Amino acid sequence: MVVTAERTPLYDEHVRLGAQMTNFGGWVMPLQYSSIREEHRAVREAVGLFDLSHMGELRVNDENLAQRVVTRDLARLRPGRIQYAMLCNEGGGIIDDVLVYAVADGGYLMVVNAGNQDGDFDWIGAHSSFKSSSPTGGGHVDNPSAFGGGHVDNPSAFRGGHVDNPSPFGGGQGGGPVVNVGRDWALIGVQGPRAVGLVARLTSAAVGDVKYYAFIEGKVADVACVISRTGYTGEDGFELFCGTEDAVRLWRALLDEGQADGIRPAGLGARDTLRLEAGMRLHGNDIDANTNPLEAGLDWTLSLDKDFIGRDAIVQARQRGLSRVLVGFKMLDRSIPRHGYAIVKNEQRVGTVTSGNVSFTLGYNIGMAYVPPGLAKAGTRFGVDVRGTAAPAEVVALPFYKRPHPK
Amino acid sequence: MADLSGMRFAETHEWVRKDGDTATVGISQYAQSQLGDVIYLELPAVGQQLAAGARLGVIESVKAASDLYSPVGGEVSEVNQDLKDHPEYVNEDPYGKGWVIKLRGVNDNPKLLDQKAYDAFVQGQSGS
Repeated sequence: MVVTAERTPLYDEHVRLGAQMTNFGGWVMPLQYSSIREEHRAVREAVGLFDLSHMGELRVNDENLAQRVVTRDLARLRPGRIQYAMLCNEGGGIIDDVLVYAVADGGYLMVVNAGNQDGDFDWIGAHSSFKSSSPTGGGHVDNPSAFGGGHVDNPSAFRGGHVDNPSPFGGGQGGGPVVNVGRDWALIGVQGPRAVGLVARLTSAAVGDVKYYAFIEGKVADVACVISRTGYTGEDGFELFCGTEDAVRLWRALLDEGQADGIRPAGLGARDTLRLEAGMRLHGNDIDANTNPLEAGLDWTLSLDKDFIGRDAIVQARQRGLSRVLVGFKMLDRSIPRHGYAIVKNEQRVGTVTSGNVSFTLGYNIGMAYVPPGLAKAGTRFGVDVRGTAAPAEVVALPFYKRPHPK
Repeated sequence: MADLSGMRFAETHEWVRKDGDTATVGISQYAQSQLGDVIYLELPAVGQQLAAGARLGVIESVKAASDLYSPVGGEVSEVNQDLKDHPEYVNEDPYGKGWVIKLRGVNDNPKLLDQKAYDAFVQGQSGS
């Protein structure tokens, strides 16, 4: 079998920085540059730089279509704001977890998981009642724009866009109800307590005023960006979208300017240990097409008073009662829980670990697992089958880690 | 740089340094670089008898759990207690303070490689 893994525009930068590369979701990505522990610490204490260009971006121009496929009511999402939501199948299973960006002139941008981007695109396209003349299966259109509106006469999708600095995301043609623009964009994460200060030094945009889960448009290091106050680490910071051709310039400028802050490039290894501490689910590990949002503890992403694909199944699942729920737990000894390990109680298998690792920040080992609701209360103890031994663990509230002074 | 001249290596990437009928065992520089950040070691009890090639314990990095094998046979005389609180010693100094166990009553294992042969073996593994 020959599978060609895709490369992001920053591939050569990672190699030059000595990264160990790994295949993730069909992409060759940096696993670590120096040490996962050190990269993790840099994000918690200073600032870390992530290449997230493997993530997918889908422009959904048809608002009714967007409402049908995501679990949350987007009618209440104002332009410039972002929501975390699920894409579910008819059975209520989670196809993907996504960030939905409300674009100023209508329509949405969905940021989706790397390995799901083409499947999500096909799924959303297949549910479009709007028959477009352009093929929805092809994936690409020339010069597509995700943040830009579907109208040629609208040069910028964003409030505050400078007329003398037209957005690279503005002014694109619609290209149908849903357009896959993931491969036309780079995405760089700047995460950590010094991230906002660092980005602020490289822009004239008022990035400090951008609220959590909101975005603006502006130049960073003279590169036109969409500046999004989001992340997958539990720290403050930004995710910066730019054109692929500008990615290296932006990456290098952030690394250079960040030297004074103690910046480190951080790979997928640290991204995973950071998101786990923050209690964030990983699609493919903690949630998938066989788990529903209720089981996953993601009730807050559901607007059950609107119609969306999977709603009825989710309502029925709630009426029937759940047989399992996702919990966080900490190990009471030094053993490490791993994805797939059994949860045991009274020598019976009662559940399964979905994620687990060391918590560098907390100094003990943590995990998430599906267990029967009767074992889900904080303080409940059970065993994790680690190589045949029931290692003691205790349920704790999620998230495991919350940053000290959230703004 | 540690003096590796007296060391022998197993194809499972452990090293052994013999001193009379006692020996010190650890994992190679290559192994630690492949594992990445070591976070936990599950090690045998003192007094346990190990045959050459027998599983001696488990080493866990952030990435994965891997088995460790004893390059030589003998009785466990000491385990490196410092690794409990400082598993990162295995990464920082695999041939020094990152040693894993000591054995006594050690038998020879002619299948072990000297450093040169081990380096060539690793090259062959990573170069494919």
